[in-house]
Amino acid sequence: MPKLTLEDLEEIREKTKKTTMLRGDSEFRAKITVHMGTCGIAAGARGIMAALMEEIEAQDITEILLTNSGCAGLCSKEPMLTVEIKGQAPVKYVELTGAKTKEILEKHVLGGKIVEKYALGIGSEKTDY
Amino acid sequence: MAKIKKEKEYRVHLMVCAGTACVSNHSFEIKEALETEIKKQDLDNEVLIVTTGCNGFCERGPLLVVQPGNIFYQTLTTKDIPHLVEEHFLKGRPVEKLMYIPPEEKTPIPVLSDIDFFKKQVLIALRNRGLIDPEKIDEYIARDGYKAMAKALTSMSPSDIRSEIQKSGLRGRGGGGFPTGLKWEFVSNAVSSNGNVKYLVCNGDEGDPGAFMDRSILEADPHSVIEGMVIGAKAINATQGYAYVRNEYPLALNRLYKALDDAREYGLLGKNILGSGMDFDIKIVRGAGAFICGEETALLSSIEGRLGEPKPRPPYPAEKGLWGCPTLINNVETWANIAPIINRGAKWYSHIGTETSKGTKVFSLVGKINNTGLVEVPMGITLREIIYDIGGGIPGGREFKAVQTGGPSGGCIPKEKIDLPIDYESLSDAGSMMGSGGMVVMDEDTCMVDVARYFLSFTQDESCGKCTPCREGTKAMLDILTRITKGEGTDEDLTLLEELAVSIKDSALCGLGKTAPNPVLTTMKYFRSEYEAHIRDKKCPAHTCRDLNVYTIDEDICVNTGHGCDLCRRNCASDAILGERNQPHQIIQDKCTKCGVCYDVCKFGAVKVD
Repeated sequence: MPKLTLEDLEEIREKTKKTTMLRGDSEFRAKITVHMGTCGIAAGARGIMAALMEEIEAQDITEILLTNSGCAGLCSKEPMLTVEIKGQAPVKYVELTGAKTKEILEKHVLGGKIVEKYALGIGSEKTDY
Repeated sequence: MAKIKKEKEYRVHLMVCAGTACVSNHSFEIKEALETEIKKQDLDNEVLIVTTGCNGFCERGPLLVVQPGNIFYQTLTTKDIPHLVEEHFLKGRPVEKLMYIPPEEKTPIPVLSDIDFFKKQVLIALRNRGLIDPEKIDEYIARDGYKAMAKALTSMSPSDIRSEIQKSGLRGRGGGGFPTGLKWEFVSNAVSSNGNVKYLVCNGDEGDPGAFMDRSILEADPHSVIEGMVIGAKAINATQGYAYVRNEYPLALNRLYKALDDAREYGLLGKNILGSGMDFDIKIVRGAGAFICGEETALLSSIEGRLGEPKPRPPYPAEKGLWGCPTLINNVETWANIAPIINRGAKWYSHIGTETSKGTKVFSLVGKINNTGLVEVPMGITLREIIYDIGGGIPGGREFKAVQTGGPSGGCIPKEKIDLPIDYESLSDAGSMMGSGGMVVMDEDTCMVDVARYFLSFTQDESCGKCTPCREGTKAMLDILTRITKGEGTDEDLTLLEELAVSIKDSALCGLGKTAPNPVLTTMKYFRSEYEAHIRDKKCPAHTCRDLNVYTIDEDICVNTGHGCDLCRRNCASDAILGERNQPHQIIQDKCTKCGVCYDVCKFGAVKVD
């Protein structure tokens, strides 16, 4: 009896691929950026990040890049996050809670429908002019 | 059925380079500092630290690549870490001041793949470098590891495998450049005197000065070599393999031992691999660091437990190798190329490279070059692209003079040939050879006679002494070269050197002796005027050969610009300088030991060397 079968090998590959996909030049279907300036962290951004990580792991969601960046410039409405679906304009969400974040993940990131009630607006500031 | 458990996920992966170069630059201290700081910021559930093999850009170590994003941080110190962790990993603001800035530019380049050093590289043998933890077999598997082996073992016949390798055009990466598929065919056809026993060997006895390709492959991706060997074993029907690795490579050895254990644990080595019915295992033999053992017949003797001395060929190891049985020997880099060829097909592979040399080659780029490191490039790339685009040119604005390829067996290629496309044929036409891939860059301050003397002293030292041409011949050549660098050479010496070189090439027993004269022959061919300057004018144009230098002080500059600063006199260890402050200084030639300290310390350029 062999220790590992071809199927086992494939299973190990799929399981670990999620880890290695994060490295190199992999393409992601969507990107979620949690704004983590001092203001964001003070308003609870780390809890938002933790909630997202937990959810992504629990639901075994792939092809999504979860990252953080600095203050988005609207400190009074933190915690905030930006969702960018590939090929679409980025959407900023404001005054988040864990529950709101899960809803955004469910409806927008996975379902493709913008959750307008939490959204600040579509698009970002101009950076090249 | 193996137990496959789910692993914890992290949002950031910190790829800390743990190749030998970065380790000696304290990368493990960087790793510890990262661990401490990440814990302190309570990020240990979000950030994963991964130690990888050599990233390649050794010049800028210790290195850290942040994934996702491929953000490249370099020349880190432990002091940088608290700021880096807080800014980048907590607050999402990459730290510019730790990023790479190309020489003579001001703007940092954040992303690894945008940096010139990495841009032109094509990674096949080094496909996993920096992307996996070499000690985690699962990460290798995730990047399509052992997929080619599964394919070869379950759906290909031995002759399918051999013909695929033959069609790929892969040639031996250890030096000779013999077509790999053809060698496999020979071993497969050879009749063993001992039942059906055939052996398979991985040559990891890398000994060229300045070469570290094999070490880096073993350190960064040991499973790629193991996978190639299992495929080779099926192709020639071998059940026992040997990996011969020099003992001076502790990190490579540790990772290879671990990889072999893990592969056995999974049943990817041993009995009935993946249920295919095939048995194969690999044993490590540690070499004691004799250069001659890189020669295949000497290597086999060493595995058998005998003195590492070469034997005349034929018979070639393919017919009579280990314990008289047909033996397939390929080098580390060759083995690392096998899995991608089987996975993606010979057609894909033969697409890369030139007419006669297919695929990529790994080079270690060292010497007078800005970006020292390990590079993998497609065959046919020019020397200029390697030296200037990837290597970043020569430091200190000096001028490129020559490059030594193929180590002590190779030769010097002068700057006139900088647009030479690199493949097996073009290098040997230029009098050099591909060799295992060491590339030593030299600038205008390098004396070519001294270079030839250095390489010959190396081969003379490493000559095993079995055959007379190599034992006595290299000694005689070295004596002449040493004489020339001391200013005691004569015109006849040049003729004698040439005669000796040609007869050693013709008559030495093995590759070591046959190629030992190459550095002398190529430097004499391309830099004859330097030899003549040493012999006729008793001058070393590069001022490297100490005995030929004459130091003098320009008294005008000394007094008028330097106000007789006295620095040279105070630094002279042999009291060979006369003078005092505000007065012109003078060197007493009889006392001068030509150490050059006065030349180095003079801030006004008053000390001249001729």
